[in-house]
Amino acid sequence: MSGVMGVGGGFEGTHAIGKAEAEEPTHFAFSEDSEAQIARIVARYPAGRQASAVIATLYIAQKQMGLQTGSAWVPRVAMDAVAARLGMPPMRVYEVVTFYFMFNTKPIGKFHLQVCGTTPCWLRGSDDVLRACKDAGHLKGYGDTSADGIFTMTEVECLGGCVNAPVLQVDDDYYEDMDYESTVKLLEALKRGERPTPGSVIGRQTSAPEGGPMVLTGSEE
Amino acid sequence: MPLSDKDRIFTNLYGTEPWNLQAARMRGDWDGTGALLARGRDALIEEMKNSGLRGRGGAGFPTGMKWSFMPKASPDGRPSYLVVNGDESEPGTCKDRDILRHDPHKLIEGCLIAGFAMGAVACYIYVRGEYYNEIQVLEAAVAEAYDAGLLGKNACGSGYDYELYVHRGAGAYICGEETALIESLEGKKGMPRLKPPFPAAVGLYGCPTTVNNVETIAVVPTILRRGASWFSSFGRPKNSGTKIFCLQGHVNKPCNVEAEMSIPLRELIDRYAGGVRGGWDNLLAVIPGGSSTPMIPKAVCDDVLMDFDALREHKTGLGTAGVIVMDKSTDLIKAIQRLSAFYKHESCGQCTPCREGMGWVNRVMLRMVEGRAEPNEIDVLEQVTRQIEGHTICALADGGVWPVQGLIRHFRPMMEERIAAYKAAHFPMAAE
Repeated sequence: MSGVMGVGGGFEGTHAIGKAEAEEPTHFAFSEDSEAQIARIVARYPAGRQASAVIATLYIAQKQMGLQTGSAWVPRVAMDAVAARLGMPPMRVYEVVTFYFMFNTKPIGKFHLQVCGTTPCWLRGSDDVLRACKDAGHLKGYGDTSADGIFTMTEVECLGGCVNAPVLQVDDDYYEDMDYESTVKLLEALKRGERPTPGSVIGRQTSAPEGGPMVLTGSEE
Repeated sequence: MPLSDKDRIFTNLYGTEPWNLQAARMRGDWDGTGALLARGRDALIEEMKNSGLRGRGGAGFPTGMKWSFMPKASPDGRPSYLVVNGDESEPGTCKDRDILRHDPHKLIEGCLIAGFAMGAVACYIYVRGEYYNEIQVLEAAVAEAYDAGLLGKNACGSGYDYELYVHRGAGAYICGEETALIESLEGKKGMPRLKPPFPAAVGLYGCPTTVNNVETIAVVPTILRRGASWFSSFGRPKNSGTKIFCLQGHVNKPCNVEAEMSIPLRELIDRYAGGVRGGWDNLLAVIPGGSSTPMIPKAVCDDVLMDFDALREHKTGLGTAGVIVMDKSTDLIKAIQRLSAFYKHESCGQCTPCREGMGWVNRVMLRMVEGRAEPNEIDVLEQVTRQIEGHTICALADGGVWPVQGLIRHFRPMMEERIAAYKAAHFPMAAE
């Protein structure tokens, strides 16, 4: 399991192995839009405490990479840009990147499929979601990017949507109450360039029980 | 008598109405907040103590008492902070998510009142990174509150200046531990700090800090409006109030629901989640309060009450009230092994018993799933978990070994059968 569990968070992550060196850019600079976002976030913290903005700034870098290259990841030069912008030693930024799970240190596909496999989702059939991602996304397993560059699949730990298990997160969106068929359908839609509405795919009202809320129905006096 | 809707705090739990300020006001939020603050710090803390509210993040520490640890005045000029823990990552827990996306103004108003009561100048709400869409809602709600003069300078016309910021995490379970959360908020790896000093003395940026769970803070305004005695009228003594339960796993209708504390587990599942899949007699075991709490077998589930003290009598806990139901089709050993894998993945690596121990426990559990072990290794596994427990800076490792201990305590024969079956399949001669 250990090989699988390292995915996503570390330099040793297996995202698109072999492509990384070739695609490591030589230069990264924040766009005007990114700079404006960073300024807004840094202002939330007391003077001299701008390191508090490191996670947010790394997200901004990752998103900018996604917009510019089609692959949302954080190359080393972007980490250095974050360090310079926040006045941090580069090492302090590198260790944040590798400690937290949500920064991609290798290029990823156009869509990031994040399959929750923790016990609450596993009890409700996350193995079927995984199988459907492999079949419809043409993926060999966790950490793999499809040959056409459309999908990267990662196993994630509990996403905190357990009463709507199993959950599949695509980029920032949760798709809930999944099974094999609905996962295949979702991936096919993504391939066609559609973006189905996130949330329960069986039509539940968020975390209410299937068939509608049993409390808070407005029927009580 | 089941809890009636008029006694539910989270009346928009399912998001059937808009989250915005106008709709929140219709639900009673931000009603006379300035007058509440005018009661003064001591009166607010006293009322919270009387309500019996215990922290909703898992540990169950009395909230009013926690607030009272904050310094009354700042002799050295250091400001105080309130930090709200929305890192919600305990497997089986998804209650704060509903508050963030459907009732953000309850939380924001609670942040102002709690911050005022402890003398904080500002509040940071730390939300797990995966809750991207929930954060968009929360940030928009915070902006609404600023625009309406409810936050910022002279918040709610109280004469009190108060800032509130949302901070996004990046996918690390350990950041739900309060000192790891503070480290993360300061821009570092989320590694827990040694205590003492406790955050109330030295917390965020070295300043006095209180860390409270989202649900804990979000119930504060309603408790103060309706009174401590109203809140404490639900549940048994020392287990007061209402609580959001996350009912999931092998139930017919998984859902979140706000119910009264001390409700019988069976009633909770039957009334609100449509019962156990295949009927109550098809129940095998329940993890009652999120992944860290040891499972209880059906015999205990039959009549146990859902509160801190009743569950502790059965060597488990209410935790975050994430109720994971497992029916007789469940491979319990595999279910617990997957939790062991979770804790291995989430260990921050700071303490040796946790960093090495979580990996070791997972490797042994993987063999236990197959049955590729000796029967006496169950004892070895149990003994090693006792060596890990209590020997680390934070409670992650405790929470990592408790599920395994619960499995051995209640289902040892199942593990032994698995081992015997493996032997019979792989060493047929020895079976003769």
